[in-house]
Amino acid sequence: MAQSQDNTQEPVAGRAPLIVGGYDFRSLTEAVAVPVERKTPIGWWFFFLPSLAMLGLFGVSIGWLFWEGTGIWGLNNPVNWGFAIVNFVFWVGIGHAGTLISAILFLFRQKWRTSINRAAEAMTIFAVMCALVFPGIHVGRVWVAYWMFPLPNQMDMWPNFRSPLIWDVFAVSIYGTVSLMFWYVGLIPDLATIRDRAKTRIKQIAYGIFALGWRGSHRNWLHYERAYLMLAGLATPLVLSVHSVVSMDFATAQLPGWHTTIFPPYFVAGAIFSGFAMVMTLMLICRVLFKMEDIITMRHLENMAKIMLLTGCMVGYAYGIEMFIAWYSGNPYEQFAFANRALGPYAWAYWIMVSCNVLTPQLFWFKKMRNHIGWLFISSILINIGMWFERFVIVTSSLHRDFLPANWDYYQATFWDFASLIGSFGLFFTMFCLFARFLPLVATAEVKTVLPEADPHQGEELVRVVPAGSGVEPAPQAAPAGGGGS
Amino acid sequence: MGLMTLDVPEASAGYSHYGVLARFETAKALYRACEAVRDAGYSKWDALTPFPVHGLEKAMGLKPSRLPFLVLATGLSGAGLGFALQSWVHIKGYPLIISGKPLFTWPAFVPVTFELGVLGAALGAVLGMFAFNKLPTYHHPLFRSKNFARVTDDGLFIAIEAWDPKYDDQDTAEFLSRLGAVEVEHVPIDDPADDGDGGGAA
Repeated sequence: MAQSQDNTQEPVAGRAPLIVGGYDFRSLTEAVAVPVERKTPIGWWFFFLPSLAMLGLFGVSIGWLFWEGTGIWGLNNPVNWGFAIVNFVFWVGIGHAGTLISAILFLFRQKWRTSINRAAEAMTIFAVMCALVFPGIHVGRVWVAYWMFPLPNQMDMWPNFRSPLIWDVFAVSIYGTVSLMFWYVGLIPDLATIRDRAKTRIKQIAYGIFALGWRGSHRNWLHYERAYLMLAGLATPLVLSVHSVVSMDFATAQLPGWHTTIFPPYFVAGAIFSGFAMVMTLMLICRVLFKMEDIITMRHLENMAKIMLLTGCMVGYAYGIEMFIAWYSGNPYEQFAFANRALGPYAWAYWIMVSCNVLTPQLFWFKKMRNHIGWLFISSILINIGMWFERFVIVTSSLHRDFLPANWDYYQATFWDFASLIGSFGLFFTMFCLFARFLPLVATAEVKTVLPEADPHQGEELVRVVPAGSGVEPAPQAAPAGGGGS
Repeated sequence: MGLMTLDVPEASAGYSHYGVLARFETAKALYRACEAVRDAGYSKWDALTPFPVHGLEKAMGLKPSRLPFLVLATGLSGAGLGFALQSWVHIKGYPLIISGKPLFTWPAFVPVTFELGVLGAALGAVLGMFAFNKLPTYHHPLFRSKNFARVTDDGLFIAIEAWDPKYDDQDTAEFLSRLGAVEVEHVPIDDPADDGDGGGAA
């Protein structure tokens, strides 16, 4: 691994660079644009073709579902929600890290986000696409999918807006829409870069159409930056609301194991946790495949590991509190649901969840492990397995043994359950491969702003004296003479 | 105005040139030059950069964007319409008593009201930004300049338009050179050789 410079330690004076490798504006453009412009590398096909095959499996499994109905899945009478809902919650959660990186870290002025926000936002959009498939297909009757929306219809019926299920439709679809707009607005200047570098007419027109004729006018940047800031401000409460609403699908039911007030924050923390693990997996592959180790640096990976440690601990705390409240409530059904979760027929799933989600990130207390590429990769995969199992445990272990023992049954996933899970990964990775091939993987215009030479006052800080009362306008008379050098 | 029009005011009629385009080597030089152009009293001019140069709007003397007011309006409209839709559905459209609750259960309408408010505001921010910036504008005289392709790479430019009252073919170009421009050129309005489609500056 070509590690040119360690930027994970803060120097004695000043700040560690966010980008290493001595990039200037031109070489940075080059580094990001060349993977888009060169011939498709062989390595890309190794990822793309298997993904496409998995996507094909998704198509087949959905087609068979529509033909045959939900009987192809392992659903039974107590467990009426199976993999479809587990996958839905899992994918919505994956998306959350993208918005956290692009919006929340933007508001907190965490400039290291600029190297990874483009890919993370793309990940959000593809994850939401995967998520949206499942509510659409999960009843097996796609021709009534329009019942989800408040549309005038021949039955003269309207959705029940008091139900979290309809909140979910609005929250997730609006989340997808806003994420797409946020991503596209960020892409415009970089699409213009690809347009201006394009050698063929087709590329010029294709990228040119989406670049909207962007020409970097500062009168445009002014509105652009304001729009971007406001989108970040809007996406922040939105993303927190989305997984809260998803959690209310469960929390407003009376079923022991679902009926808990801790669900909204617990779901949001878990969503960010799993999303960061997915960003980590993708970035570790991309930075090697596209030779971007100096742009997506060790510092970026270490920061992500720290966030995974934090959110992992929050998730672990939630698991503990759930158990405590079940005991403390004195409610026998609640106590049974949680004893059954840890010791019953689904104990294997519960302990996979706990070991992957709570134990794995603990190694990130050590800097050595936060900087260990191999462990980062393994842990990111383990955490995603754990987070998928978290949703599986919440859905099935709560449903399969409810109040009446006569209702009890065991949910066993079938081939088609797994086909839809694997297939959704196919959709996700196919989209991501296409993105990584045809669009700039890094927000070049934004990364340029964190290079030292982008600062118009570079080297001035030490000599500048701030005159009392002059807030806005810099001293004008210095300019015409000082600009010299001609 | 409108989609895909040439972003040249009607005032351009009768001018042979769009104006002067000058490239600067560093962000610092550009910033200083912008302050000087502002102080020299030019009004029809622009700075063109591959990334937003921090604080350049102050050096250019631009007022803050008014976009937030539009976003506030569209956001409140989205939320208001969302709340009205839900109230209408439950009071008038399909009045169904569920769990013995009243028909107008406003607290349950909060999540969808919030989501539609966010949607309205986000649409306002993006579409408003497009409208304020006149995007898409696929044709622009600046794209005639070969040099200008660098604006999305590493080129930091100032363009002063010919219809600025203070503009003079010679003096303005010299003024920009004096400010430290490394390349100064006159950009034509029309280029008959170009068929004019696509957004390319190639």
